[in-house]
Amino acid sequence: MTPDELKTTAEKQREAVGKYPHRVHVCMAAGCISSGSDKVKDALTDELKKAGKDKCCLVKGVGCMGLCSAGPLVEVADSVAGNSVMYKNVTAEDVPALVASLEGKPVPHLLLPKDIPFFTAQHKIVLENFGLIDPDTIADYIMMGGYEALNKALTDMGPAEVLHEVTASGLRGRGGAGYPTGLKWSTVAKAGGGQKYVICNADEGDPGAFMDRSVLESDPHRVLEGMAIAGFAVGANAGYIYVRAEYPLAVKRLKNAIRQAERSGLLGQNIFGTPFNFKIDIRLGAGAFVCGEETALIASIEGLRGQPRPRPPYPAVSGLWGCPTLINNVETLANIPPIIRKGGKWFASIGTEKSKGTKVFALAGQVNNTGLIEVPMGIKLRDIIFDIGGGIPEGRKFKAVQTGGPSGGCIPEQHLDMPVDYESLASVGSIMGSGGMIVMDESSDMVDVAKYFMEFCMTESCGKCVPCRAGTAQMHDLLARIMEGDATMRDLALLEKLCDLVKNTSLCGLGMTAPNPVLSTLQYFREEYTSRLLDGGGNGRHPKTAAAAEVR
Amino acid sequence: MTVNVLTLTIDDQQVSAREGQTIMQVATENGIFIPRLCHIEGLDPVGACRLCLCEVKGTPKLLPACTTKVSEGMEVSTSTERLGEYRKMILELLFAERNHVCAVCVSNGHCDLQSMAQKVGMDHVTVPYRYPKLQVDATHERFIADHNRCILCTRCVRVCDQIEGAHTWDVMGRGEGSRVITDLNQPWGDSETCTKCGKCVHVCPTGALTEKGRSVAEMAKQRRFLPYLTKMREEW
Ligand SMILES: Cc1cc2nc3c(=O)[nH]c(=O)nc-3n(C[C@H](O)[C@H](O)[C@H](O)COP(=O)(O)O)c2cc1C
Ligand code: SF4
Ligand code: SF4
Ligand code: FES
Repeated sequence: MTPDELKTTAEKQREAVGKYPHRVHVCMAAGCISSGSDKVKDALTDELKKAGKDKCCLVKGVGCMGLCSAGPLVEVADSVAGNSVMYKNVTAEDVPALVASLEGKPVPHLLLPKDIPFFTAQHKIVLENFGLIDPDTIADYIMMGGYEALNKALTDMGPAEVLHEVTASGLRGRGGAGYPTGLKWSTVAKAGGGQKYVICNADEGDPGAFMDRSVLESDPHRVLEGMAIAGFAVGANAGYIYVRAEYPLAVKRLKNAIRQAERSGLLGQNIFGTPFNFKIDIRLGAGAFVCGEETALIASIEGLRGQPRPRPPYPAVSGLWGCPTLINNVETLANIPPIIRKGGKWFASIGTEKSKGTKVFALAGQVNNTGLIEVPMGIKLRDIIFDIGGGIPEGRKFKAVQTGGPSGGCIPEQHLDMPVDYESLASVGSIMGSGGMIVMDESSDMVDVAKYFMEFCMTESCGKCVPCRAGTAQMHDLLARIMEGDATMRDLALLEKLCDLVKNTSLCGLGMTAPNPVLSTLQYFREEYTSRLLDGGGNGRHPKTAAAAEVR
Repeated sequence: MTVNVLTLTIDDQQVSAREGQTIMQVATENGIFIPRLCHIEGLDPVGACRLCLCEVKGTPKLLPACTTKVSEGMEVSTSTERLGEYRKMILELLFAERNHVCAVCVSNGHCDLQSMAQKVGMDHVTVPYRYPKLQVDATHERFIADHNRCILCTRCVRVCDQIEGAHTWDVMGRGEGSRVITDLNQPWGDSETCTKCGKCVHVCPTGALTEKGRSVAEMAKQRRFLPYLTKMREEW
């Protein structure tokens, strides 16, 4: 494909879509499909044909529209009037009413108002095409400006200029640690040697997180484009996407996207007529959490046991098969095309001093609106939970919000007005993490929460280093004993000692952060621990003494 | 080939080193002992047991001496109070993880786990014993594998792969459930790759891998072959 062909493809697709007076978008991401959106889409196609309206109404399966808890979601747009309405919890039975409403009034009982904060308070960069394009159609992505950034990078800019823009954007890794992306790219670009690789980390193992899955399911080309630009900037001609096999839909759409991009000449040899070659392959992970850690992931691609190794050497110097390797998270790479299109300065104008841009969160737990959201960095936690999230259901009281999954911590009420950025979250004992956000209300038991995450770390530990392998098992059992009311002050002291040990002596990030859920709940909810101890103040609230009191 | 020489400080002692050496190697050359279990000179280090962690000035993280390469002007502390506490605790975790009953062990008195505990002053175990139910594999004509005494150092795996070239041993499972296996988790006696060389038995730090026919405290290990083989290879 030449740059001109890219333009004509975009125009043609715009025309093809624009000729329909009505458009119906049905969410076809995993969440809505699981509540039957595929059936809704089929019923819509049939019904329109029956009503003779299939020439004036386009039915399109699109990516995630965000409010997964109200799925299946359907958006009906009227190109003539230039407006659209959103419907929630749509079933196949509702389809005749929807079709009948095309020229008339919307169906009232299904309406989902679009002016609620859930939609208006978001700022979409990564998710800009969500709900608008068909992830299986490359022309749809191109219509929205897709592959323009790659074209610009290859034909107008050079690798150095791309590096400069990414550095100027202030983008930091969205995989958890927040390492400056521009710095990482420059390191790989400077590394000597011929063969280099780009890896997209789509292992996404945090319980409750589905940001990366949604990006791959809803806008896969964006990730391919980001990887190709990265390859161009650092001097790599091959890339791997390491995606967990538990994401079959994401894998299917990725495979399809790669095939389409290859056919259009947007991946492969001499892209846009330049000497740049880039190919992308998919590698499936078997679902071990630790395989998201970069050195374990690389070992896994090499066909070895997925275990981390000590760093340095970092993958940027010695990665896949010993070659310099750039490894970035899905969301990090998805931010690249808009940065190249609009410039690093534009991106840097969003967010805070040290955390630029936006962050995608998977909002879950005891909050009214659960789903996928994208917010500017620096937004208050309170605004996320109470405006976008719509608050806690049934008027219960907020207790804590958990960010960062098994590596993160629980943040209580008193810190809700804190801005969401890497440093602030770390300062209160949590982390930004990859974007899981679980809201907990007063009914949550914080020791149980800590035990849940410790069980996760214990079973996901790769078993290589002693502190993590044996330490997490000991900590888990201590937490279970505290839960059961069998523990003493001495056990709590031992738990704290183990937290310190495992945090400071483990080999990789899994072990180093495994104590965080315990440490943060101890910091803010210590009383929930001590009140359960046999010798913890004796107010009889722990199960054993309470039961004993009843018997007496 | 020219080799760059650099100087650094280990425990306030100024020492010189060749570029590419690890902290462990330089410390050993200079008579400074750093506790270790997974590492044995002659096999590729893996940094798994975490006993050799050291403090390096300017680095917030503790670094494993067995895998960390020295650099010019590095200031290393190998035996601070904090490191001592961590080492004791790591050993306690190891003793509690499986069933180490020294009094009836064939390796009693010749065991690296035991001697390391003595060296770092670990005299009792404060974490609860876990008493896992594990198997003993006595199917091999010459050797026994007793998983109750394995500390998962992977020395057997590495010597078999890197020195003998058989790759009979590997690890299966995750976390606490990890276990060393022969071939595809078949009985050792049925292994088609095992050459019966016994290298794994002799690098094993504990009584996990032993020769048949030994009684309590009789299983001393012969390790001299490793540096010899490594040297032969280097000079070859
Ligand atoms: C136990 C563990 C699990 C991880 N899982 C993931 C993951 O699922 N996805 C991811 O992008 N990064 C994960 N990471 C972080 C990666 O090691 C790496 O830092 C990241 O992919 C770098 O990309 P970024 O700079 O774009 O954030 C994990 C790290 C650890 C220690
Ligand atoms: S910290 Fe845990 S997951 Fe990481 S290397 Fe050690 S045992 Fe494996
Ligand atoms: S059998 Fe021995 S050498 Fe092998 S991992 Fe276990 S303790 Fe280490
Ligand atoms: S000797 Fe270095 S980690 Fe085991």
